[in-house]
Amino acid sequence: MSVARPLPHDAAPLHVSGKARYVDDQPMPADTLHLAFGLSTIAKGRITAMDLARVRAAPGVVAVLTADDLPFANDVSPSAHDEPLLSDGTVHYLGQALFLVAATSHLAARKAARLGDITYEEETPILTIDQAMEAGSRFEDGPVIWSKGDAPAAIAKAARTLSGVLEMGGQEHFYLEGQAALALPAENGDVTVISSTQHPTEIQHKVAEAIGKPMHAVRVESRRMGGGFGGKESQGNALAVSCAVVALATGRPCKMRYDRDDDMTITGKRHDARIDYTVGFDDDGRIQGIEFVQMIRCGWSMDLSLPVADRAMLHADNAYLLPNARIESHRLKTNTQSATAYRGFGGPQGMIGMERVMDHIAHALQMDPVEVRKRNYYAPADTAVPDRTTPYGQEVEDFILHEMTDALLETSDYSARKQAVAEWNAQNRFVKKGIAFAPVKFGISFTLTHLNQAGALVHVYQDGSVQLNHGGTEMGQGLNQKVAQVAASRFGIAMDHVRITATDTGKVPNTSATAASSGSDLNGMAVKVACDTIRDRMAGYLAETHQADPATVVFADDTVTVGAATYSFAEAAALCYHGRVPLSSTGFYKTPKIEWDRVKGQGRPFYYFAYGAAVTEVAVDVLTGENRILRTDILHDAGTSLNPALDIGQVEGAYVQGAGWLTTEELVWDARGALRTHAPSTYKIPACSDRPPVFNVALWDAPNREDTIYRSKAVGEPPFMLGISAFLALGDAVASCGTDYPSLDAPATAERIWHAVRRVADV
Amino acid sequence: MEISFLLNGERVTVADAAPTETLLDWLRERRGLKGTKEGCNEGDCGACTVMVTDATGRKALNACILFLPQLEGKAVRTVEGLSGPQGEVHPVQQALVDHHGSQCGFCTPGIAVSMAVAHADGDAATDDRLAGNLCRCTGYAPIIRAAEAAAQDPVPDWMNDRVDARGDHAPHRPGSADALAAAYLADPDAVLVAGATDVGLWVTKQLRQVDKVIFLDGCADLKNIEETGTDIRFGAMVDMNRVRAAIAPLYPSYAEMIRRYGSYQVRGAATIGGNIANGSPIGDNPPALIALGATLHLRKGDVRRSLPVQDFFIDYGKQDRAPGEFVEGVTIPKQAGPLKVYKLSKRFDQDISAVCGAFNILVEDGTVTAARIAFGGMAGTPKRATEAEAALIGAPWTEAGIAAAQAAMAEDFRPLSDMRASAAYRLGTAQAMLMRAWAEDTGLETNVLGIAS
Repeated sequence: MSVARPLPHDAAPLHVSGKARYVDDQPMPADTLHLAFGLSTIAKGRITAMDLARVRAAPGVVAVLTADDLPFANDVSPSAHDEPLLSDGTVHYLGQALFLVAATSHLAARKAARLGDITYEEETPILTIDQAMEAGSRFEDGPVIWSKGDAPAAIAKAARTLSGVLEMGGQEHFYLEGQAALALPAENGDVTVISSTQHPTEIQHKVAEAIGKPMHAVRVESRRMGGGFGGKESQGNALAVSCAVVALATGRPCKMRYDRDDDMTITGKRHDARIDYTVGFDDDGRIQGIEFVQMIRCGWSMDLSLPVADRAMLHADNAYLLPNARIESHRLKTNTQSATAYRGFGGPQGMIGMERVMDHIAHALQMDPVEVRKRNYYAPADTAVPDRTTPYGQEVEDFILHEMTDALLETSDYSARKQAVAEWNAQNRFVKKGIAFAPVKFGISFTLTHLNQAGALVHVYQDGSVQLNHGGTEMGQGLNQKVAQVAASRFGIAMDHVRITATDTGKVPNTSATAASSGSDLNGMAVKVACDTIRDRMAGYLAETHQADPATVVFADDTVTVGAATYSFAEAAALCYHGRVPLSSTGFYKTPKIEWDRVKGQGRPFYYFAYGAAVTEVAVDVLTGENRILRTDILHDAGTSLNPALDIGQVEGAYVQGAGWLTTEELVWDARGALRTHAPSTYKIPACSDRPPVFNVALWDAPNREDTIYRSKAVGEPPFMLGISAFLALGDAVASCGTDYPSLDAPATAERIWHAVRRVADV
Repeated sequence: MEISFLLNGERVTVADAAPTETLLDWLRERRGLKGTKEGCNEGDCGACTVMVTDATGRKALNACILFLPQLEGKAVRTVEGLSGPQGEVHPVQQALVDHHGSQCGFCTPGIAVSMAVAHADGDAATDDRLAGNLCRCTGYAPIIRAAEAAAQDPVPDWMNDRVDARGDHAPHRPGSADALAAAYLADPDAVLVAGATDVGLWVTKQLRQVDKVIFLDGCADLKNIEETGTDIRFGAMVDMNRVRAAIAPLYPSYAEMIRRYGSYQVRGAATIGGNIANGSPIGDNPPALIALGATLHLRKGDVRRSLPVQDFFIDYGKQDRAPGEFVEGVTIPKQAGPLKVYKLSKRFDQDISAVCGAFNILVEDGTVTAARIAFGGMAGTPKRATEAEAALIGAPWTEAGIAAAQAAMAEDFRPLSDMRASAAYRLGTAQAMLMRAWAEDTGLETNVLGIAS
């Protein structure tokens, strides 16, 4: 059976030879136009005059559009219709699109886009969390508050209390392929869009609004993305809409791709945040009550910030039973890029707040941080306890971190290495080591319940080849391969019989974004349903012709066995075709069991939880704050893996990306609201040598207790948060320099570590 | 400009090349070779990496900041040319498939080319060879596994491109220092392009129209490294990979800094002359050269002059270089002292320095007898820490003995805050680097690189 085999990515041979085609690689007609935005140079204010004469006169320019030139909706928001494609006269952040240039080349468009003469009436921008809190600048009327028990009373009664603050930076996605889209005008005023997007249906929806047509007039195709990570869930709307509008206005194909600096200046990133915490606990480190205040900087428009901030609240407990908890969430509106989806979708921000508390408690009690964590874990699955509920009322039924933790501590040799670290630190003055363990419990399902649905379309051709399509998009995670493995397994055929085609809104409609780690859970199931429908029809027909019971027809090893007869799958397909059996089917799946009342903060938002645990060891140069990851050990729960090679790839990549978020990746805005780190020269994602030199990754191979596709678990986002162990290890190293708690903020750049060392050691 | 070179083994001639047309744009937009990707268009991500072979050997270079005239007489091999004439897969390509080295695949063509060049060179230092190839998906681990797996496979013969330089194309592409001197004297407003790692960004990011250009790449005599018993002289056009190799036996700490100075691709294009002439306050060679007492050689027409490197830097954006005058070379004494160079940046590899400190401190019988200390990133120019040097000379080489010199650095420098570092951190780490220099001499562990778990 194809499922569970460690097959390479289906496009790997194309990747390595340069033949894999991305949006900008599509052959285009010679009269194609290239688009670029003219961008605002202030963070807040009103446009008093916009003189675009020099733009129009620039070489190669064919058209220049402002908001007044847009025929229908001027909106690319995925949520609150608060995001004009082109400024309506107000400016909300530095980098906002004011006008649109169409020219005969990409370079001509870029050059012309810089020639706008814009006059502004500038206003004082709200840039920081402090400024937004001070001004009461937020989405929704006030903070969202969810509670369990009585946290203030429990904290007041607790033997010990402590408080603290954790600030964390945002994160640029840095997908290697920048945002890109193209549009081909069709007859009837229809349009075909090819987009680098995680969400073709939303592109279709926004383009339809912008051209004033029903959704049936727009077909969107997405073959693959050169990385997404959440950054292509909503941020591609502006490019696709621009291309479609100009294509229909001019009758010419249009292509738009952001230069890297423009991409980083225009598009949203991970939400940065500050978390204030107060916790009451007993002398054994058990939490009695806890209060979190999460301040999330959302930027200028709503985008996906509300569900992101919700998910931060939903992961404030991480893996720990909180008998009394109060979580207060502020969704702050600022004059900066509109923060958006990014792998983990708020989960990392919420989770690291809890892990900071665990570390702080351990430091206060001088206990091993792993011991504090274990004492506060949810109860093991299938044990009788009075309380296993999260702060939002979901029972944690599948908790497996006790076993996983013990296994990882053993394989990583944690105790001996912790001792060795202490010995090293006693003997070394300038280079200190640190080691830390961090667990992950991540909720799987879209918190917006209706998104938990998926469709598929499967064709069996009369030669036995299979073409399949589903609503998910391929951004490198290997979703197509996993889904193809499901299809091959259902039909009992080899992988080379199966071809997955580009995601296409004309084949599978009304899809959800490939997001929330849900790609293989949802689409794998939908494909299974479609395959089984066809298989059952084939079995029924063949059984009838052989006077056999359909249940006894076996699809395996590229053959179909019915009674005494054995056919190749191709022969069986041909027989069914001649027998006038429909060999095409859709499939549909919706996640069971979930229900969620967002206003009350109560229900079961998640079908199940995915778990993971990591131990990271680091070295820190206390003279400069420079640091290195020395070793990482990971045990991650992918259920019964659909493809262990792809899943391990997700875990390794997510860990390094998570560690990058918390170490070298620093976004810096100046006092005017200009993002100063808008290119890889100034924004530093992990390079090759930054990965752990010793990197042991293993999967916890146990079936999902819920009935998911082959009992697998979602794997895209959860391991991102394993990177928290690197951050905690750096804190551990800093703590060894003195007696105070380091209260390290993120990202823990060399500079922040240097300052923290000085705070702790009083140098 | 007419340019001719080999592309994946076949001769191409570009008759209408604009002087600043990049190889990447030409490959993708004009040649239809879409395998080479644009990730950042500034030489930082490596998605556009190609192999370029000339008479001195093969290099991996970033096509996005490589101008077509720099390719005259060379051979270019793109990802499409990594596979053999009959479609045979290169060993590193197969290994990347087998070891799951690609996920989204967008960085992969550049990764494959970098790996193939390293493979052909027999260089197993994969971390260094891939420092300029960013991957956001894999965490690099499977890529390293692929490189290790392919290491022992034979180098396919198509990786050995033959080259046939056509020679002089004066005045835009002079073939010697003499021809350059004449051309630049005649046209002192022209922009001199050495490796284009900086001028490339004027074009791709600032969108500047650079019409008058003189390419130095044809000046073979500026690519010489000459050694005497006492000195080593680098021609201005010696690239930083070659500087690193030549410096390593003399000043290993300087060579280690060069390893981190830029990626393999950037070092292969960047030249020592360009790094000095550029005059940047954060160029990484000048602090080391100043601490070593190196001598800069300038030439204008037939007039040559030499001066200490430190005197070249007058003020921010201002160097001691007359119109029509160019950097011809730099001479470094071979036994200038126990040089220590420390580069501080957010990321170890391929990052611009927040602070770069060079310490050349002579200690005799426990007392400092001479000190040349220079920093980049601390002022508007690369600059010596003269107050700190004065405080150090005559002091005991002890923790207490260096304290006055550390304090004096606050007199030497008033650094700025920017997105790389705060002023306080810059000054504090400059001071701490002196402590590190002392600690290193006492045998204490001071370097997080190379420490094992």
